[in-house]
Amino acid sequence: MTDLAWIDAALTSARPQAIGALLRYFRDLDTAEEAYQEACLRALKSWPQKGPPRDAASWLIMVGRNAALDGVRRKSRLTELPPEDAISDVEDVETPMADRLDGAHYRDDILRLMFICCHPELPATQQIALALRIVSGLSVKQIARAFLVGEAAMEQRITRAKARIAKAETPFETPGAVERSERIAAVAAMVYLVFNEGYSAGFAEAEARAPLAEEAIRLGRLLLRLFQTEPEIMGLTALMLLQHSRAKARFDADGAIVLLEDQDRGLWNRDMIGEGLALIDKAIRHRRPGAYQVQAAIAATHARAARPQDTDWAQIDALYASLELMEPSPVVTLNRAVAVSKARGPAEALAMIEPLAEALGGYFYFYGARGAFLLQLGRKAEAREAFGRAIALANTAAEAGHIRQQIDRLTADAAAR
Amino acid sequence: MLYAILCYNSEEVVFSWTKEEDAQVMENLAGVQARWAASGKLGPSARLMPTTAATTLRKGDTPLVIDGPFAETKEQLLGFYLVDCEDLEEVLTFCKELGAVNPGGAYEIRPLHYFSNGSLPADHVAAPERVTA
Repeated sequence: MTDLAWIDAALTSARPQAIGALLRYFRDLDTAEEAYQEACLRALKSWPQKGPPRDAASWLIMVGRNAALDGVRRKSRLTELPPEDAISDVEDVETPMADRLDGAHYRDDILRLMFICCHPELPATQQIALALRIVSGLSVKQIARAFLVGEAAMEQRITRAKARIAKAETPFETPGAVERSERIAAVAAMVYLVFNEGYSAGFAEAEARAPLAEEAIRLGRLLLRLFQTEPEIMGLTALMLLQHSRAKARFDADGAIVLLEDQDRGLWNRDMIGEGLALIDKAIRHRRPGAYQVQAAIAATHARAARPQDTDWAQIDALYASLELMEPSPVVTLNRAVAVSKARGPAEALAMIEPLAEALGGYFYFYGARGAFLLQLGRKAEAREAFGRAIALANTAAEAGHIRQQIDRLTADAAAR
Repeated sequence: MLYAILCYNSEEVVFSWTKEEDAQVMENLAGVQARWAASGKLGPSARLMPTTAATTLRKGDTPLVIDGPFAETKEQLLGFYLVDCEDLEEVLTFCKELGAVNPGGAYEIRPLHYFSNGSLPADHVAAPERVTA
């Protein structure tokens, strides 16, 4: 790898800690970001000559802090500028810094930085855009590309979101245990939003959006390093890894969606599966189950099956049953019904989703599943009607195409008879 | 003489590499490894999963299982095992048995991403004097 690529990776990985600390110091996001930018510029000048510092984040925090203080002095014209090399000399900077930076702060610094992006008044898309800009340091251009909007529109969206959190009260005191765990939960939900923004994309957008899923996994690992004993963070990271492991198998050459049971399991990423399974293994030992862990366990049950027919559907049924207790929702019940149809047959599955008709009347997957259960029961006319409604509700061409295939098969059956 | 080579780097940096950068490094490494394997000098090599997947067992009368990597600095790395186990529970059972007959210190358990057996003969003795003994 070239020097520049190495420095780039070092800056990326130090970013959350550096901006988090600068935010604590200046209590203003714009100042913190500008200070970090300035520190990065100096790093690009200094590191190739002097070699990288032992602790990149501490270097950036110290240099950024001094640079921002200079800026303040310059504006107020109170004092003369200190000589440039007083701040950019690595040796000078690093020794006293180790004493001055309180290591215990940095967990909460990063958590706070992530937490301000989860402001409840911000719509999900703005939370995601803000987190990608502030925490991950993606450029506005990169984010705009992932969201398939113009750069100017995204710039405006981020500026608006920033203005909103600037007005909100940012909590700077060190959080208590309860508050900290609330923040962790909010941040976990935001990270999963980022992941889903990347993961739920259709084929056409998949390539542009894949980096979001990868960034979310990186944020999950970061959270896990900060809070090593949180089983739900293990579960969240495992869930994202296990879902993303199937990325290459999810679309066929024409961009049509490939259902889990039809996917080429040879295309699944074994590294991600291995890491996901290891994390679930760790989480289970805590015996503090949660929604992310259960969803990860469901994904793991799929990942463990070498062939679709090896899938332990009874286990998946049981896992969805516990998810229904933790987070009751018609969508969870619908998913459980799919497992039930495999484990106990389509009649039970159909009975399970009948009461959901009202809640899920506008939901593509509801009619898709209903049609499939009816078809398995040989109730073809009703199946055709359900599939027809599914197509009308499809969100993407791939979804509609998949259902149309089922209808075509029904039509071909009828014609053959 | 057999030597173990332990690889250190900042995992935050390494896991910030893009897929392409990571693949490039792995490809370059494979090139070097292939030459040394061909000369019969390369034994097993492995790539560990990130420390977020690590678990540590602190030995003692009641062994303590801790999430995360081994973080103390007053103990030194003295050896390692490679085991093929069903799950973390089984590895911990093995570690507890080892710890019961070899007290003190800790075991850090790290799942592997990648493993290659290399090209060393199956029974290789480390110290040459043992060959003549």
